[in-house]
Amino acid sequence: MADKFFAWYGEVFKDSALSAREKSLIALAVAHAVQCPYCIDAYSSDAYEKGWSESQMMEAVHVASAIKGGAALVHGVQMMNKVKSIAM
Amino acid sequence: MKSLKALQHALADAGHQIDILEHEKDLPLFTGKMKQAGLLPLLPTQPEIFQVNVGKMCNQVCKHCHVDAGPDRKEIMTKTTMQLCLDVLANNPSFKTVDLTGGAPEMNPDFRWFVSEIKKLKRHIIVRCNLTIILANKKYHDLPDFFKQHEIEVVSSLPFYTQDRTDRQRGNGVFEDSIKALQMLNAVGYGMEGTGLLLNLVYNPAGAFLPPSQIALEKEYKDALLERYNIQFNQLYVITNMPISRYLDYLLVSGNYSSYMEKLIQAFNPVAAANVMCRNTISVGWDGYLYDCDFNQMLDLKIGCSGSDHLSNYSSSAISEREIILNQHCYGCTAGSGSSCGGAVA
Ligand code: SF4
Ligand code: SF4
Repeated sequence: MADKFFAWYGEVFKDSALSAREKSLIALAVAHAVQCPYCIDAYSSDAYEKGWSESQMMEAVHVASAIKGGAALVHGVQMMNKVKSIAM
Repeated sequence: MKSLKALQHALADAGHQIDILEHEKDLPLFTGKMKQAGLLPLLPTQPEIFQVNVGKMCNQVCKHCHVDAGPDRKEIMTKTTMQLCLDVLANNPSFKTVDLTGGAPEMNPDFRWFVSEIKKLKRHIIVRCNLTIILANKKYHDLPDFFKQHEIEVVSSLPFYTQDRTDRQRGNGVFEDSIKALQMLNAVGYGMEGTGLLLNLVYNPAGAFLPPSQIALEKEYKDALLERYNIQFNQLYVITNMPISRYLDYLLVSGNYSSYMEKLIQAFNPVAAANVMCRNTISVGWDGYLYDCDFNQMLDLKIGCSGSDHLSNYSSSAISEREIILNQHCYGCTAGSGSSCGGAVA
């Protein structure tokens, strides 16, 4: 199973329709969204080694945070709907 | 910024650098790895490249410089030693290429004379031009024409195609001047299709990490430099930083030394090891002493030919029968796709 996972993982990050460099920045943003310390270290190094600047990397983290924060916020609609259903 | 030597820094002493490199007992010996790969002793092939370090003086003081070069370095090759180089070249036709390096080789007052004399011997000449020298003083502004006139291949460092990374490694303002110099080289035909005038760039990591793939990065460089600055060039050479001199200082001060050495060791590639540049290169120091490569030169590890380790007593048989001198820094040549003055080797 592990071998299959790592083979697939390796394949995902290869240059293809997106470059390995672009994929590294996506991975960095996702690593922050899922708050995986190992992935943050790994993709901070990888993205920097692949030539992204600190400001570009920070912007990617802001994008991840904006999506995560926005997603949390719009769940407020669910909250309001639930409250509406039980309130007099 | 000053050189380590001008600062009287302990690392200015080659012996001290070797002590540090040999001190980490947990790290496997490079010679042991070479033995496992069936490459010990490491023997030379046909000598083809005659690399001459014409002096340590430079207009820049880059943070990673393995030469510890700078404006304060006064070691400069004399015309007499250059003549000894020409004599060795005349007697040894297997050297097809003469690779001129420094410091900034153009700062040697006899540089242009030396180039013209080598040209008379009909050898291909490479000049490792740091680009900013072209703009450093009026007397260097015509270098692109001089290079063209002598059909010189120009190899120039540009650690990245953005200002931030380049300036961090090479000093403030270096990127801007490098771009202007590249445009001047393009203007006389360097790097342009159909001219035959070769302009190759060198990438090396601006930090404690190994370089990425040469092919992918070359495309990125070409796209970015063309789009942003209308600059063209031929090839990109990707070079690994050697854990010696100012880069060793950086590794130690930043706390990255052990992890960097581990990265190099983990990435040891026997194919790259079989193709290291010292096998077909002889490196000449500013004072005429001979070395297996420019890195060994900076560590004062003279060529293993007792009695013929100087231009004045050059012996082609002793050179071809020698064993190459190896030490822990050699891991810098064998990591991943390997690293040489011409980029990846595997
Ligand atoms: S790396 Fe090259 S340009 Fe920079 S200081 Fe050393 S010799 Fe000069
Ligand atoms: S550092 Fe010099 S001697 Fe060692 S492998 Fe590299 S080129 Fe050869």
